[in-house]
Amino acid sequence: MNDVAEIITQNEGQIRSEWITDMANSVQRADLISKTELEEQCRGLLSVLVDGVRSSGPDDLTTSGWNTTRDLLQEISASRARQGFSSADVATFVLSLKRPLFSAARRELTNSQDKLLDAIWTITQLLDRLALITTETFMAVREELISRQQQELLELSTPVVKLWEGILALPIIGTLDSARTQVVMENLLQAVVATNSKFAIIDITGVPTVDTLVAQHLLKTITAARLMGAECIISGVRPQIAQTIVHLGINLEDVVTKAKLSDAFALALQRSGRKVVREASAPVSPISSLFAKREE
Amino acid sequence: MERIPVLRMGSLLLITIQVDMHDKLALQLQDDVTERISEWGSTGVLIDISSLEIVDSFIGRMLANIAGMSRVLGADTVVVGMQPAVAITLVELGMSLPGVRTALSVEAGMELLFGAIPGRQSGWGDEHPEA
Repeated sequence: MNDVAEIITQNEGQIRSEWITDMANSVQRADLISKTELEEQCRGLLSVLVDGVRSSGPDDLTTSGWNTTRDLLQEISASRARQGFSSADVATFVLSLKRPLFSAARRELTNSQDKLLDAIWTITQLLDRLALITTETFMAVREELISRQQQELLELSTPVVKLWEGILALPIIGTLDSARTQVVMENLLQAVVATNSKFAIIDITGVPTVDTLVAQHLLKTITAARLMGAECIISGVRPQIAQTIVHLGINLEDVVTKAKLSDAFALALQRSGRKVVREASAPVSPISSLFAKREE
Repeated sequence: MERIPVLRMGSLLLITIQVDMHDKLALQLQDDVTERISEWGSTGVLIDISSLEIVDSFIGRMLANIAGMSRVLGADTVVVGMQPAVAITLVELGMSLPGVRTALSVEAGMELLFGAIPGRQSGWGDEHPEA
């Protein structure tokens, strides 16, 4: 069993240089990592590999003797995932060690074919397992990245804006699912309390489709706002969405809906007893004063 | 026994719930409110729940019941100051309290009730048609 460890220590320098050449040939984005850094990683991995084989044998990578190898490998593949390597490139980092190890084994074990076959089998299994670890870590890091971005998107995409004293607007961009509705609802209700607003305009111009589920989510939000004493107006209903709502038989009769945000805003102003008027003594625009002069 | 005070403000009843509602307290409140309305001939009931942080379906139903009973006795009910969490909970429980009027603050609720009483459209204090 310790044959493998012997082979690696005897031929360390050659294996490393062959490994790096092999990797350079098969990796797509070799420019993402510097040569010294790569050499450092290779040297580190080879030495912990030898330690692992010596202390716990090459068969079971879950034993404690392999802890440092696993940690180092996870660290390397995590950093590569962040650097932007593809999953194939990260797996190649380990798998391209195969050929150098095979040729080293062939050089060392020329006299016994049985021993050579055994060593090759051990090396293959060991490297395959190590490659699996790298791929798994790579996926985990990427998934973590994706879920973090999702969270950020969720927080970014639900702003509540104040249009006027007592009038809020909530422009919704993107599809409404249960998780988003929860965030939207909480944000809106908090803002209603914080700004003491009697009207909230929910603008659905940016919602691509409205199905029964989305409508139900909207109605929930509106009911919750009503319970607190705020009135909701839905705006930005596109012609297509109006057709879908009627075809699906969604009941929006208790809710005020408007086609444009401006219509909804005008309604909210009117209901709160305000009126927008043009000032009588407003300065005349330069263009109309030009016309006036010509008439004289 | 612990009891939620029912205050008289002219023709209105003012109820502020400052403690966590439990079932007995809610039932007691229901009795008190109906009794006071018929005793004082109140035309409006204002329930301030801004300090209420926990509701269950029973308390939700009690609120709806009190509103329904008041209406039968000829008084309008306004629930004011509901917390966002409470509103979300009630909606998730499927209780949208139909027929209960709501307002953001006690002040807004009063205005709503004064508006509902004929002859007192403009609200606060300075006009007393009867006096």
